[in-house]
Amino acid sequence: MSATSTAPKSGSTALPAFRPSMKVPLSLGILALIALVFFGFLGPDQTAEMKISDAGDAVAVPALMIPGQVGGVVLGILLLAMAAYSIYLWTQGERSPKWLPIAFAVVFVFALLVWIVAGARQPSISLAGLVAGSVTLAVPLVFGSLSGVLCERVGVVNIAIEGQLLGGAFTAALVATMTGSPYIGLIAAAAAGAAVSMVLAVFSIKYLVNQIIVGVVLNVLVSGITGFLYGTLMVPNKEQFNTPGRLDILPIPLLSDIPIIGPILFEQSIAGYLMYIAVAVVWFGLFKTRWGLRVRAVGEHPQAADTLGINVNATRFWNVTLGGAIAGIGGAVFTLVTIDSFTKDISGGRGFIALAALIFGRWNPIGAFLASLLFGFAYNLQSILGIIGTPVPSQFMAMLPYLVTIFAVAGLVGKSRPPAASGIPYVKG
Amino acid sequence: MTENNQSQGSGKHQSKDQTPEVPASEVRAADVSLDTAGGMLEPSIVPVSSQSGDTGHQQGSLVRRIVMGNGFVSVLAVIVALFLGGLLIASTDAQVAKTAGYLFARPTDFLSALWSAMTESYVALFQGAVFNTRQGFQPLLETMTVATPLICAGLGVALAFRAGLFNIGAQGQIIISATLAAYVGFAWHLPFGLHLLVVIIMGVLGGAAWGAIVGILKARTGAHEVIVTIMLNYVALFLLDFLLNTAAFRRPGDNSPISPRLDETATYPVLIPGSRLHLGFLVAVALTFGVWWMLNRSTIGFEFRAVGANPVAARTAGINVPRATILVMALAGALAAFGGVAQVAGTEKVLTGGVAAQIGFDAITVALLGRSTPWGTFFAGLLFGAFRAGAVQMQIQTGTPIDIVLVVQSLIVLFIAAPPLIRSIFRLEPKKKDKNKTPKAAPKAALANASGGAK
Repeated sequence: MSATSTAPKSGSTALPAFRPSMKVPLSLGILALIALVFFGFLGPDQTAEMKISDAGDAVAVPALMIPGQVGGVVLGILLLAMAAYSIYLWTQGERSPKWLPIAFAVVFVFALLVWIVAGARQPSISLAGLVAGSVTLAVPLVFGSLSGVLCERVGVVNIAIEGQLLGGAFTAALVATMTGSPYIGLIAAAAAGAAVSMVLAVFSIKYLVNQIIVGVVLNVLVSGITGFLYGTLMVPNKEQFNTPGRLDILPIPLLSDIPIIGPILFEQSIAGYLMYIAVAVVWFGLFKTRWGLRVRAVGEHPQAADTLGINVNATRFWNVTLGGAIAGIGGAVFTLVTIDSFTKDISGGRGFIALAALIFGRWNPIGAFLASLLFGFAYNLQSILGIIGTPVPSQFMAMLPYLVTIFAVAGLVGKSRPPAASGIPYVKG
Repeated sequence: MTENNQSQGSGKHQSKDQTPEVPASEVRAADVSLDTAGGMLEPSIVPVSSQSGDTGHQQGSLVRRIVMGNGFVSVLAVIVALFLGGLLIASTDAQVAKTAGYLFARPTDFLSALWSAMTESYVALFQGAVFNTRQGFQPLLETMTVATPLICAGLGVALAFRAGLFNIGAQGQIIISATLAAYVGFAWHLPFGLHLLVVIIMGVLGGAAWGAIVGILKARTGAHEVIVTIMLNYVALFLLDFLLNTAAFRRPGDNSPISPRLDETATYPVLIPGSRLHLGFLVAVALTFGVWWMLNRSTIGFEFRAVGANPVAARTAGINVPRATILVMALAGALAAFGGVAQVAGTEKVLTGGVAAQIGFDAITVALLGRSTPWGTFFAGLLFGAFRAGAVQMQIQTGTPIDIVLVVQSLIVLFIAAPPLIRSIFRLEPKKKDKNKTPKAAPKAALANASGGAK
């Protein structure tokens, strides 16, 4: 393998060093061609109907009717144009602007959607429902990935997101049932997530145990404890311990009637609103405040931060704890919003998707939020595929977040770079 | 030790010098895994003392600590974990709760209830895993059967550990190998002997390929193996789910996602009639020996260990680090694959969505408990196999959920991974009193331990 690949590589080193990588233009080009051929020329000939407003909405918007093949060709050409622009920039020695891959992704996903819906037995889908469902599914992912952002930005790898979500979900169900108030359950979930995180923090910061090992083990531990207590407490005494009730949906009048964005922005439970607030606050905190500067300094270069008088390990400890609390709230969403009871391993690997979202979002709160939405969309689409009966196996939709993440860390779709000191314990002196 | 001290200064510069090279992404391929800018948390896996000054000793001591740690601490860790697990069992026990109500009136009642709650489950566990009067040592055979895939997969994780890689992907490697092995087992019809051989080869090739993907991505792009393996686990899981819903993998005339039974010629022969113990167990023993031989007696094993100890030094010494990375991941995948083959060709004889159960994740704890030595992993696999086998009996007999095994298992690993903790619980090693009092003092102690163990 090395014999064949070294030849072109040694050639490319002769190029000017500042030439941007051609991975982005190249992968955009390939994806655009795939879209044009498969979604366009080989596309289904039915017309996809995408309903924008529901029957009961105050503002009625007509449904979007997109013929499968023609739509695929048009969208494919649009994608190709974007890829061509990116390649043009590359030949000029410039990088593609940041918005380009995002816009490309949006159009690509839309083309994929048209292709799937038009190929289905029942080529009709409620766009509003699809988007709202995606956001609902994304809520725990957003909280989980924010927890990851907070931990990794300060230099602690958080593989334990899954455990934090699960701990939060369990505690929320238990406490909400025992106190009779889902709101107290929500607070307890945050405390539980923080507690899981504190174990991670103590073991990785005080005892210098490898953070990945602690994370992996914590997931097993939380799964074991919650599974055990579920079996001994909740199953025999469901009424007493596992009927938490739900958090109320608090629609904001008028605004919640706006098609598509109304339900996702203005018709949420308190946890949903908290999600938007948390994304904004974490982003603002990390990038616009003194606290955030310190946090990032600790994550990038702890030695320098220490020299300037920042207490590295204390910063790490509290950040990891805060991250756990946020993930705990995300876990509460499972038992207080999505369904109203706890079952064993209810988080079902969502913590790892959150980890994927955080990497795909490049360790940025807003990036992680958008990636979570994308993965939530993939998750939702997977269940809808079964209902409308498409030829695409739902398992491949389910695989998508994981595959995308592998491509992302392998640098095939842009370069994901973690904070420099992520995963490295700090030892003074 | 001296290595560490020297590197305090140079480590920093090294990592700084490397960063500017990164933008010219093509250049990197040659010296990949040394180039830390690539994958996430890259520095953490490189368990090198000299990689970066401020962190070196911790990372270096990790593998050393796993490998050369004190066996006594392992035993204590198991005891403490069992005790804490017992407390958890007792905390939900009705009798304990009742007697706790009059704790101060008659504390002996409470203590005896506590004791019986704690021991009852463990006695049932022991009876289900090793010996009981009704079946004799029959349960022990079941323990060995359950332990077989754990040992194989644990060896895969341990081998990668020794080369400084975190192989979280045993689960995916097992799934892929089990899928391929099962397919060959029920779809092809070959003569006795040859069939089993083909089943094993296909399964192992599948697992090796799945592992090699990780190695290649790591070596060529710097993608962090923890992330890639976690993601590949899920990809494998959904792939299996998809395949089990296709006509090729389903039983004819049956819609449930379960494969036909493997041919009689494709399965491991049963070793002791009346039990499920099959030839796969002996294969696991042979693999343990093989890994021991490779790590301690062969050149390639030495290279792996050198890369694990210090990739920079290994490269300087002329070892092809990317090649070692790819090879070790492929071998780790192949070892885990033997676990997958043991599952379908030995224990289960059919392919279902849950064929890998939790084996791949348990394997991580097995390798950690075994301190990544082949024989340590073997016995750790037996222990966790006993937990798994006994837990079923325990749940039937005492109603204690199987999940308690997860709790005990993870506590064991936590305590083993943090020797200072278990030492402070038992007040061992009073000679250096301040060493685990403060975070700054701890690593020095760890370093001293590690090098002390080495000598």
